[in-house]
Amino acid sequence: MNTQPIPIYGDAATANAETKPLTWRLSRASHVLDIDLYESLEGYTGMKKALGMTPAAVQGVVKDATLKGRGGAGFPAGIKWSLLPPIDGGPRYLICNADEMEPGTFKDRLLMEKLPHQLIEGMIATGFAIGATAGYIFIRGEYVQAAKNLNAAIEQARAKGYIGQNILGSGYNFELYVHTGAGRYICGEETALINSLEGRRANPRTKPPFPQVAGAWGRPTIVNNVETLTNVPNIVLRGAEWYKGLAQGKSPDPGTKIFGASGKVKFPGLWELPFGTTAREVIEHHAGGMQEGLTLKCWLPGGASTDFLMPEHLDLPMDADTIMKAGSRLGTCLLMVVDQTQNMVSLVRNLEEFFARESCGWCTPCRDGLPWTVKLLQALEHGQGHPDDIDRLTQLTKDLWIGKTFCAHAPGAMEPLQSALKYFRSEFEAGIAPVASTITHA
Amino acid sequence: MKILTDKQPRVEVDAILGSAVRQDIEHHMHHYPDPRAASLDALKIVQKINGWVNDAQVLAVAQLLGISLADVEGVATFYNRIYRQPVGRHVILLCDSIACYLMGAEHLAAAFKQTLGIEYGQTTSDGRFTLLPICCLGNCDKAPTLMIDDDIHDLITAAHIAPLLESYV
Ligand SMILES: Cc1cc2nc3c(=O)[nH]c(=O)nc-3n(C[C@H](O)[C@H](O)[C@H](O)COP(=O)(O)O)c2cc1C
Ligand code: SF4
Ligand code: FES
Repeated sequence: MNTQPIPIYGDAATANAETKPLTWRLSRASHVLDIDLYESLEGYTGMKKALGMTPAAVQGVVKDATLKGRGGAGFPAGIKWSLLPPIDGGPRYLICNADEMEPGTFKDRLLMEKLPHQLIEGMIATGFAIGATAGYIFIRGEYVQAAKNLNAAIEQARAKGYIGQNILGSGYNFELYVHTGAGRYICGEETALINSLEGRRANPRTKPPFPQVAGAWGRPTIVNNVETLTNVPNIVLRGAEWYKGLAQGKSPDPGTKIFGASGKVKFPGLWELPFGTTAREVIEHHAGGMQEGLTLKCWLPGGASTDFLMPEHLDLPMDADTIMKAGSRLGTCLLMVVDQTQNMVSLVRNLEEFFARESCGWCTPCRDGLPWTVKLLQALEHGQGHPDDIDRLTQLTKDLWIGKTFCAHAPGAMEPLQSALKYFRSEFEAGIAPVASTITHA
Repeated sequence: MKILTDKQPRVEVDAILGSAVRQDIEHHMHHYPDPRAASLDALKIVQKINGWVNDAQVLAVAQLLGISLADVEGVATFYNRIYRQPVGRHVILLCDSIACYLMGAEHLAAAFKQTLGIEYGQTTSDGRFTLLPICCLGNCDKAPTLMIDDDIHDLITAAHIAPLLESYV
């Protein structure tokens, strides 16, 4: 167990571009806001290399590297890009999803606040690869500092000729804007995000058509997460084989991931680690273990919309397949650590209050089902549950499941609930009122 | 949609918003192929004037962007950070999501309510503070966390409340 907080890039002596491609610069300077400093640390070299290649070749490297999306769903970026229709001379858009509102997730904020040029470089390189005419960074309104740093960095990049017309003589034109939001978690869902960007209510759209075909303003659009895009210049610079090797044979998922831990650990934080790192290593080594006197009860592997896992899952390599087989999802890889003193009915009630409040209201199962879930949990939390309530909750996890609701918001809400019911059923049963008072309640 | 637009009462945009605000909004309109996309930017810019957005301002924004009043109102009422009724000089947003919950956010919220003498959604009688819950602020490693106006505050306990409020006059 570690007695000192560990910085995000790990050991300063060994942190380098080959092993910690996303964060090594922070071992040289705690903030890399200035373009000259960024360029002195290999900044914009990946983008420059990309501009000297053909767009198809850039796409090819990223596809070969099998870079997976970091926004939670893990869809391969290269495949997503390849679904774009051929260039027709009209506008097409690259949108960076920087809405980061998944409870327990705080990685994109760091990447944007401390290394804004890295994201901008990734967007120019990706924009070139997909033929985007303009890019938007859709950032949640509460990330005031990150938006400020990004805007300042965009101006610096523009002054160097990296944004605008005929970038570095390549003939490629790309404009980049920061678009700030005004709340609502659903803006992170990519089709709702597009509606929000267009100045509409953030209700998701029907798919198909997928955004690649008809996205922002009806034009071909790619939406990628902040962390996904920041990986692109490194992949272009060092190649697909290097990228796949980063996981150190620990996992089938290539590259490094910003892992994190919060909740009842000693040193909550973020660390760039290879996929396949175990939760035990993250919690016990990097996060310093549990807080004094507490023992681990369960953990969420990657945000509020993933299933709980148990202490017996701590030694599993954190990659998409393994975590799925264990009954959860990798999600964002930011662990939420819960200790033995925590009542699970109360905790799940807190989670479901979040989902109920953030429902966009578009479809009935989610709009009505989530507040009902909260009501049932509140009753159980206060020892006033009805004997049927656990069955009702179980039924809700089926009625709000994938295919029953318009988007993945409600199914996401059901993941922590169904796993809590599976592992901690007795705590739910303990919330059922004694028979006499049930009758007076009925 | 066009019919609605045509029946909207015409207003003097500059008289309601002021020319500086109008120009700021027009600057944002150039970022998008369709001016409607600037509706959230516009509402946020307008909101800086008085802390909230009134009916006349919604109408002025609709006219400036060339879209219907209903469309602007639809946006204004959807997003929780646009306020359609008066708020205090400072808005306190308490994170109530899971990391902050685990680190005592509910006790902190109770302490805030007691100190300010208001519930969520209310404004203190001196017009100084409005208290609202907010979902995860992306600051979970420093929970419990909150935001006052544009400032994030980390690792807050009940003991911090009084000095914190003092610094927002
Ligand atoms: C309710 C909901 C909220 C989401 N929130 C986010 C978010 O805040 N950030 C994000 O990158 N992706 C979020 N996603 C995933 C996006 O829809 C989309 O898959 C992602 O932006 C794709 O980027 P990637 O392939 O680079 O991961 C959310 C999805 C759902 C269903
Ligand atoms: S599942 Fe919920 S968030 Fe998604 S469209 Fe339906 S109401 Fe909206
Ligand atoms: S849960 Fe409060 S900041 Fe993330």
